[in-house]
Amino acid sequence: MSLKTILILIPLLPLLAAAVAGLLRNQVGRAGSHWVTILGVAISFALSVYVLYLQMYQGLGTQNISVYTWMVADGIKFEIGFLIDHLSSLMMVVVSFISFMVHIYTIGYMADDPGYQRFFSYIALFTFSMLMLVMSNNFLQLFFGWEAVGLVSYLLIGFWFDRESAVYAGLKAFLVNRVGDFGFLLGIAAVLYCFGSMDYFEVFAAAPGIEGQSVSIIPGVEWQWITVICICLFIGAMGKSAQAPLHVWLPDSMEGPTPISALIHAATMVTAGIFMVARMSPLFELSEAALSFVMLIGALTAFFMGLVGIVQNDIKRVIAYSTLSQLGYMTVALGVSAYSAAIFHLGTHAFFKALLFLGAGSVIIALHHQQDMRYMGGLRKQMPITWITAWVGTLALIGFPFFAGFYSKDAIIEAVHASSRWGAGVAYWAVLLGVIVTSFYSFRLLYLTFHGKPRYTVDVGAGHHPPDGVLQHAPKESPLVVTVPLILLAIPSIVIGYLTIDPVLFTGWLSDSITVLPQNDVLAAVGEHFHGPTAMAQHALQTAPFWLMLGGFVLATLVYMVRPALAGTLAQRFPRLHALLENKFYVDELYQKLFIGNTLRIGNGLWKKADAGLIDGWLVNGSAKLVGSLSARVRTWQSGFLFQYAFAMIIGLIGILAIWVML
Amino acid sequence: MTRMDFLLIAPELWVVTMTCVILFVDLFLKEERRAIVYLLAMVTLVFAAIITLRFDYGGDPTASAFAFNGSFVRDQMGDMLKLFSYFVLAMVFIYAKFFLRQSRMFRADFYTLSLEALLGIMLLISANNLVMVYLGLELLALASYTLVAYDRDSAKGSEAAMKYFVLGSMASGILLYGMSMIYGATGTLDLVAISEAVRVSGSDDIMLVFGLVFLVVGLAFKFGAVPFHMWVPDVYEGAPVSTTLFISSVPKMAAFAMAFRLLQTGLGDLQSDWMQMLSLLAVLSIVFGNLAAIAQTNIKRMLAYSTIGHMGFVLMGLLPGTAESYGAGMFYVIVYALMSAAAFGMVIMLSARGVEAENLDDFKGLNRRNSWYAAIMAMVMFSMAGVPVFVGFFAKWLVIQAALNAGLVWLAIIAVVFSVIGAFYYIRVVKLMYFDEPITEAPIDAPVDFRAAISLNGVIMLGLGIFSGSLIQICMSSFGA
Amino acid sequence: MLTLAHFLTLGALLFCLSAAGIFLNRKNVIILLMCIELMLLAVNMNFVAFSRFLGNLDGQVFVFFILTVAAAEAAIGLAILVVVFRNRQTINVAELDDLKG
Repeated sequence: MSLKTILILIPLLPLLAAAVAGLLRNQVGRAGSHWVTILGVAISFALSVYVLYLQMYQGLGTQNISVYTWMVADGIKFEIGFLIDHLSSLMMVVVSFISFMVHIYTIGYMADDPGYQRFFSYIALFTFSMLMLVMSNNFLQLFFGWEAVGLVSYLLIGFWFDRESAVYAGLKAFLVNRVGDFGFLLGIAAVLYCFGSMDYFEVFAAAPGIEGQSVSIIPGVEWQWITVICICLFIGAMGKSAQAPLHVWLPDSMEGPTPISALIHAATMVTAGIFMVARMSPLFELSEAALSFVMLIGALTAFFMGLVGIVQNDIKRVIAYSTLSQLGYMTVALGVSAYSAAIFHLGTHAFFKALLFLGAGSVIIALHHQQDMRYMGGLRKQMPITWITAWVGTLALIGFPFFAGFYSKDAIIEAVHASSRWGAGVAYWAVLLGVIVTSFYSFRLLYLTFHGKPRYTVDVGAGHHPPDGVLQHAPKESPLVVTVPLILLAIPSIVIGYLTIDPVLFTGWLSDSITVLPQNDVLAAVGEHFHGPTAMAQHALQTAPFWLMLGGFVLATLVYMVRPALAGTLAQRFPRLHALLENKFYVDELYQKLFIGNTLRIGNGLWKKADAGLIDGWLVNGSAKLVGSLSARVRTWQSGFLFQYAFAMIIGLIGILAIWVML
Repeated sequence: MTRMDFLLIAPELWVVTMTCVILFVDLFLKEERRAIVYLLAMVTLVFAAIITLRFDYGGDPTASAFAFNGSFVRDQMGDMLKLFSYFVLAMVFIYAKFFLRQSRMFRADFYTLSLEALLGIMLLISANNLVMVYLGLELLALASYTLVAYDRDSAKGSEAAMKYFVLGSMASGILLYGMSMIYGATGTLDLVAISEAVRVSGSDDIMLVFGLVFLVVGLAFKFGAVPFHMWVPDVYEGAPVSTTLFISSVPKMAAFAMAFRLLQTGLGDLQSDWMQMLSLLAVLSIVFGNLAAIAQTNIKRMLAYSTIGHMGFVLMGLLPGTAESYGAGMFYVIVYALMSAAAFGMVIMLSARGVEAENLDDFKGLNRRNSWYAAIMAMVMFSMAGVPVFVGFFAKWLVIQAALNAGLVWLAIIAVVFSVIGAFYYIRVVKLMYFDEPITEAPIDAPVDFRAAISLNGVIMLGLGIFSGSLIQICMSSFGA
Repeated sequence: MLTLAHFLTLGALLFCLSAAGIFLNRKNVIILLMCIELMLLAVNMNFVAFSRFLGNLDGQVFVFFILTVAAAEAAIGLAILVVVFRNRQTINVAELDDLKG
């Protein structure tokens, strides 16, 4: 097989599998649909690994392969093409691996869901879209992938469309992402306008040429074109990667089934924004202002979203806020030009966050879809595998030495420290203090779920929908299809950082895809103090992040293990702070008041009628009220009388005559 | 008359000969052997395609060859439209056979009349002389009137035929009046000679502009553009669905060619005048067609209004008068014919035992009954709505781009807004198929050629979208863009 | 002396008369058919007049084609009329309104 064939097969197989599972779902049945999608994704994963192997060991250089040219208009090519370098082949492996794991896990998680085949079809479709996004060599395909992953994500958030909250969450994700995508589209339009091309390489090559050119969007204020482009593109990334203030959709998206939370809202789709900025590094490097903007947004998200995580009670929501905070870390790294560190954290985070989500899912299965941590506790005895893997995930997340997260997060903190960009001081404090917060909420989750005494009771006669805290059956460890992916994800969560930090960060493995100007190269400065991963871990004992992490651990142990009553007392002592956190800094309320309030009030009357979801309810009834009445009026003109038809024709004739002959 | 004349007109000669042969053969056929007529009709189309393809232009896509003292022209645009006419007509024949059999109307007349209409279409596509335009038009129109009244016992069918006949005859009267004015102003009936005369006189000649208005009205009727659209919904609804299938697809390609020949070849120098007329018609059609379609519950009527909207887009492709815009318009009209054939094919598929599946409700829960056909219909609807990746999107996009390049921003904006509004009623069909309970659980059954044809037709919606490049290329190169 | 303008005016009058006939008549479909014939004749008048004054025979040839087609058209029109009457027992234009909306 030629390389081109392989590259075409990688995204195409999941697409075919999705088509089979979706269109022929009645023919292939439940087992057929999971086999075909798993097979498709597994082959796609194997081929991705092979491509990565070619890149790493066979000296396969950067490949820019055009597969098919859609059309050429005004000299602008619209094509499907693949850009294969270290960055994209790494992303391909991460995406297809996580997706593969999630496919297997789904067999257990969705075992008795009526929408089984539909679900497999969606996640395979998602895998296809995401692969197209990361493999793209031009902006058009990037945008298509971008929209396609978004679309599947809304479908999956609203997967249980009989739950009103799920439909609402899907709608919210859709609307918030519209804001981001609008920025993204403007960015692409600006790229097209400035460079007259959609191809990455052509744009990157031409980018230094527009330095200094400016545009005045608001009269009197001159903006650098490159800054405008970068900020617009980054607004797109903010939507997709849920950066404040466009983060509000991600916690709500937890309404979707848990495998989706792991696949889309933790490991892959939400990192598309990070990936995109890293891919566009030749553009971003040219704009100091845009990078400062990126960094501050990231810092804001990293610290404050972690704080919100502390007071959440829903297990998935805690992890969701943790995801927001970690995405903030990646964004900060992008902002200080440490793109490799961002990608590195993206990779390690994908593993341990998927692990944590799937672990949470395992708990949720055991407790019959109970997600509230106030009704958990003491599960370590019943669910040892889940418990151990959750510990692994937690240690990786908080950055315990030798675990994956340690290397990536420490590198980011060091890079921010070394940076001299405007605002880097603030960002440094944000990421540093973020460590203690991360550690605190992570251990809180562990303690509340697995340690202490059970806060639920088992009552066999409780019926199918027992009240909170009552279970019909005692919890037990999940089946193999659930625990095996947990174990398989736990392994890289431990070792991946140790193994790959040196090549990814310091020896320039990603330098073929990422451009960093010499004066911005903070990672080189960090690298001067780097003497191998073991030394780095030992050295960690003398650094602030380690002790802050330990502080978080001690605090959490104190509050949730030693004196469980303390948490309530604290909440009562500082009611304002607690309320502020509990209400997520009132961002949702702000949006509600500012934008949605009025719109929603108008839409509410229509919304109530929404019986089968968006199309009938929101799209058609909503804006179609006016259209509908117009339409009804218009059709009465079609009276059925021949003489009126003839008359209309004559009037039309006279009308046209009057306009062109008489005037 | 030379040998070359006959060589150029060979496809038309073949079709007319075969039509006569079929008429004759049918006299000696027993009821149960009727399928032979169908086979002969298909053979006619296949060989017509081969004969059309055999003609060689020597590599230049914009070259043209004239026959019979310039009254007949062959060029790449015409040949492409003819080839697609054969293809779509073959689809029509396959779909119609199933319907006609079920409703006990499987007679040779349908095929002979359709082939005569095809002859009219071919002449119209190749006409380079006002007489030829008129003859082609009438051949097509007369056959169509008869096809609408094909079901002799249907009150609706006869009403529709009457309406179509009266309005159609009136439209050709108006067109002829315009032709007489143009003849008076230029002293010739040959389109090339007319264009030379117009170049000299310019648009100051009041008689010429007067004639142009009448000509445009006649064209607008053929397209079904507002306000000359009144026949469209009634005829689509009243005619048997096999006829609607035909009328809605193939003749539109002829209308495009006719508009191009009359307006560009003949009156190209009056472009600034007819552009304004066409843009008015295009806007009215897009707005009115999409609005009126929303309130419909009958799918044939809904598709009729959707046709009006689509024809607005085709007119939008014609009116900028650039090579690029003609290419876009030609692509649009071909794509439209394919989409329309597929949509009505699905209506036929759901018509059980001769009862037409006219109502939108008949599509409810189709996914439950057969997910593959539901997927085909969904693809057709998405394509009509202009959802990206499907071919309909590219058609709309090219047309809108051509309008933008010609500086008609307001027109492009209206087109975009109303195609979004129009997307509602297409997606409503998808919603009915996927989210509603079926009214009947009756399995869907159709002969194998039907199933193959509709599957091909549906897959084209997606396939041509993904691989739209070459067809767009051919359409563009026909006009030298 | 009759000029071209006289003939054109006559043609235009006949055309308007026929167009008016089509949309003013609400009773009998046969009158519609007659109006259509009249419209074609108006056009023929134009063609012949132009042909004569331009000294060019093309227009008169066209007239022959129009006459022939008009005959075919009338045949089909009357056939449809018969079908309409068979199905509805009326040829009243105002009653042909099943299809609308």
